[in-house]
Amino acid sequence: MSALLSAIAAGFVFGLGLWISGMANPAKVIGFLDITGEWDASLALVMAGAVGVVLIPFRLAVKRAKPLLEEAFALPTRKDIDAPLVAGSALFGVGWGIVGYCPGPGITALATLSTESVVFVAAMMVGGLAHRALTKT
Amino acid sequence: MHNFTPVSALIGGALIGLASAWLLAANGRIAGVSTIVHGIFSPPEAQWRAWFVSGLLLAGLAWIGFAGPVPVRTSLSVGWVAAGGLLVGFGTRMGGGCTSGHGVCGLGRLSVRSLVAVITFMATGMISAFVVRHVLGVPS
Repeated sequence: MSALLSAIAAGFVFGLGLWISGMANPAKVIGFLDITGEWDASLALVMAGAVGVVLIPFRLAVKRAKPLLEEAFALPTRKDIDAPLVAGSALFGVGWGIVGYCPGPGITALATLSTESVVFVAAMMVGGLAHRALTKT
Repeated sequence: MHNFTPVSALIGGALIGLASAWLLAANGRIAGVSTIVHGIFSPPEAQWRAWFVSGLLLAGLAWIGFAGPVPVRTSLSVGWVAAGGLLVGFGTRMGGGCTSGHGVCGLGRLSVRSLVAVITFMATGMISAFVVRHVLGVPS
């Protein structure tokens, strides 16, 4: 299998997981984040299930000299806790709490052609470009 | 608890984990959607990222095709949706990841940096959801 087919298959399975779990339904996400409403704890189990599945395969995978279909791994190397990490994550959370979409669910929800999914993804791209423009030196 | 769906949440989460584990083992890449989407025009990583995003879109089409039309929320105004999107886009770039990159993959790699990110965006996400719905009275 080529690396590109592998990538599209991974995106497809990832996306199905978002739909099955309820992550692609922003009302359900708000039901999870709003702990003072009728709290729906389900989505904590999405992250728990996903992390539980990756723990061992991740450790085994990176022990190999190279991945199955590419020449090298491209893994994050940073370990520092800096202000942009915390401030950026805080801003992301504020936006997530407003709209109920994070990036993956927003993208796969484009398939509904709903106004809010289109507006969300467009605004998200603009937000990313704004960050790039502000940090360019 | 209202609307609690533990089984579908665990199955969906397991599929997300499976896809993330596969992408790392086969492609040697992290399934962090914010990094993938914002770097979709940045060679040499652009091509596989475009294919991954296509997979996400195809999953949406397949889901709607097989499970039928999904409920579409119309109660949140376009202005709030845009504000949320801007903050998600800016914040994930500034913080270097989102629910998938820091959440699933970072925690899966036992990264303390990602743990700090996850605790932060979970906390502000909960505060934001509360303030927007119950203090500002925005319909969800």
